[in-house]
Amino acid sequence: MSTSFLLLLIVIIGFISYFAGRARSFAQAGGKLSNLHSLPGYHGSYVAIWAILPAALVLGAWLVAAPMYIDASTRAILPETVQTQGGATVELALGQVKSVAGGLKRLTAEEVQALESGSANLRSTLAAKGVALAGEGEPYMIAAAQHFNAMTVTNRWLMSAVVLLIAVAGGFYAIRNIATRFRARNQVERVMLGALIVASSIAILTTVGIIASMLSEAGRFFTMVSPFEFFFGTVWDPRFAAAGSGGSSGQFGLIPLLAGTLYIAFVAMLFAVPIGLFAAIYMAEYASPRLRSTAKPLLEVLAGIPTIVYGFFALVTVGPFLRDISAQLNGLVTGNYQNFIQAQSVLTAGIVMGIMLIPFVSSLSDDIITQVPRALRDGSLGLGATRSETVKKVILPAALPGIVGALLLTASRAVGETMIVVLAAGVAARMQINPFEPMTTVTVKIVNQLTGDLEFTSPQTLVAFALGITLFVITLGLNIYALYIVRKYREQYE
Amino acid sequence: MNIMSEAAVEKALDQKMNTVPYKMIGKDVSVYYGEKRALFDVNLNIRENTVTALIGPSGCGKSTFLRTLNRMNDTIENCRVTGKITLDEDDIYDPTIDVVELRARVGMVFQKPNPFPKSIYDNVAYGPRIHGLARTKSEFDDVVETSLQKAGLWNEVKDRLQEPGTGLSGGQQQRLCIARAVAVSPEVILMDEPCSALDPIATAKVEELIHELRSNFTIVIVTHSMQQAARVSQRTAMFHLGNLVEENDTDKMFTNPDDQRTQDYIMGRFG
Repeated sequence: MSTSFLLLLIVIIGFISYFAGRARSFAQAGGKLSNLHSLPGYHGSYVAIWAILPAALVLGAWLVAAPMYIDASTRAILPETVQTQGGATVELALGQVKSVAGGLKRLTAEEVQALESGSANLRSTLAAKGVALAGEGEPYMIAAAQHFNAMTVTNRWLMSAVVLLIAVAGGFYAIRNIATRFRARNQVERVMLGALIVASSIAILTTVGIIASMLSEAGRFFTMVSPFEFFFGTVWDPRFAAAGSGGSSGQFGLIPLLAGTLYIAFVAMLFAVPIGLFAAIYMAEYASPRLRSTAKPLLEVLAGIPTIVYGFFALVTVGPFLRDISAQLNGLVTGNYQNFIQAQSVLTAGIVMGIMLIPFVSSLSDDIITQVPRALRDGSLGLGATRSETVKKVILPAALPGIVGALLLTASRAVGETMIVVLAAGVAARMQINPFEPMTTVTVKIVNQLTGDLEFTSPQTLVAFALGITLFVITLGLNIYALYIVRKYREQYE
Repeated sequence: MNIMSEAAVEKALDQKMNTVPYKMIGKDVSVYYGEKRALFDVNLNIRENTVTALIGPSGCGKSTFLRTLNRMNDTIENCRVTGKITLDEDDIYDPTIDVVELRARVGMVFQKPNPFPKSIYDNVAYGPRIHGLARTKSEFDDVVETSLQKAGLWNEVKDRLQEPGTGLSGGQQQRLCIARAVAVSPEVILMDEPCSALDPIATAKVEELIHELRSNFTIVIVTHSMQQAARVSQRTAMFHLGNLVEENDTDKMFTNPDDQRTQDYIMGRFG
């Protein structure tokens, strides 16, 4: 019986239990629903939960545990000579046994007999049936494979029987509990609560898992390169070409990457903040509702454009434009038509990232500005202030903490942004302050280090995890601080 | 001995009421919110240095009328005003008039205390600052002090002028808002249910204050409380369903109204 068929059976039992439970509660009530503590549907659900939930849990546990047990028992009957070699050899043999076991199912009885007597070659027989073996195959493997197959079949039957028994038993147990004053509704409520808790813990545990995996890989990196060299090193030169060939170690200085990241983010904010903020003020304070209802979604379309699209916008449009216009300017002033802005530069990446960030700034600020109570606006207008005086002297100061929080959230996006900088900022890890020259960022280097066919054993690839965790800590810090500020601001008016 | 009791003086003043000149004149004032008409040809005049109370059941248009007097209705989308309202002979809906200047002459105090999230000092100095009514630090100090004194708040806050205005109690906040309005030296002060969010003691203080402000300002107050209207005002106007029902001396209004609807409302039969 396959697992999915088994699951289907459990669900069917659950359905039957539901109707049985409902019917029983009807019968108990004697036709008067008001006699029941809970509605019949709740009684039905209660029975169905008892039928499905324990059985499903046992099934899940069984599916995890049984293969381990079968593997262990198969390993135990491998010949002494294999077992004493330990580790990888045993696992390799076990893998072959499993392939053979899969192949044996496709053979006829005579073919199996021929194999057992040794008159036929194991590898060629199986190959004829479309099962490829890694090695020649040893005679003991046939016995082990038959043992494995037998165990698997037994296991399957045993599992089906136990699980179905539990489902039916659960249903019967629950049906016996049903009585007029039985609080099925509260029981169902508890199961709902449990389900909700499980759902939220999955989200949280995933985050914890990601952090843990990054930490452990970064830990491996730091056993090869000292943290001091990484965090305070000023040279980034991982010697990528030599990766895996051993010998050359490379230099992994974080500082040039961090400088590039912060510089580009700063330039981006320089573009995004004034434009986004003014757009938000216009939308919140001046625009008529009709204009607002069309203009605001249009502005937010910008936020829906994939960042890779911004990336090639930078690559094919903004970058060359800046390069050409700088050449023209230079020519007009000095007569030498040499461009002073590179196509890939801090400025290009900053401008395009700034454009990407405008909707974030404007939409977050707009929310915060509209949260400022109308009473404050009226108070200021009632004193004879103009609109811009009201915005400047009352609304912006009142909204300032929230706006700062919004800007921090935006900054953390700018720091973590990848695709735009990959295409627009260049890959040269340099420390310099000229915005017209290329620089690179932490995210670009992560992409660089992990592109291609690699093994995760050399510092050249593992450094990506150290970079990742550094970036994560920076953005997490920014986000927490921003949320703290925004929340504090909210309390002021609620 | 020719000393009249205070009550007698009040009475004598009230009797002279009919001779007090008009500060604002409203003629055939109608207000529309989109298609909906909220006021129907209201003719109501506001007398100088008088407290005029606007009463009536909820939704009768009394707040709407109040807000036409300094064009605060302009800030509401789709709101349209017809008719004529003058302030000292100037038509305040004339296209050439400066709304900002009008609102400096006709100040407003709102239902809920709405101090700005600034210090007490800056709250009061806000108006003078934007209108350039004071130049030096000492001039500002003077304006702030006299305004707070007029609002009866000076003694309570003089030692903590730099603390945020939002930290005061509800009643103090409302008096701060009155001080803020007074600081611009308006001619008329509009009050939209100024005590509805206050407890009885704070209400009594604000009412006392309104009484004192009367000598310097013309006051129009919207109130839901009959007793408050009787206590603070000299003239009362009764609105119902967007119409002005009756306008009269407060004493007469509450003892012997001309209109049956006023009688019913005051007796609590509807509203």
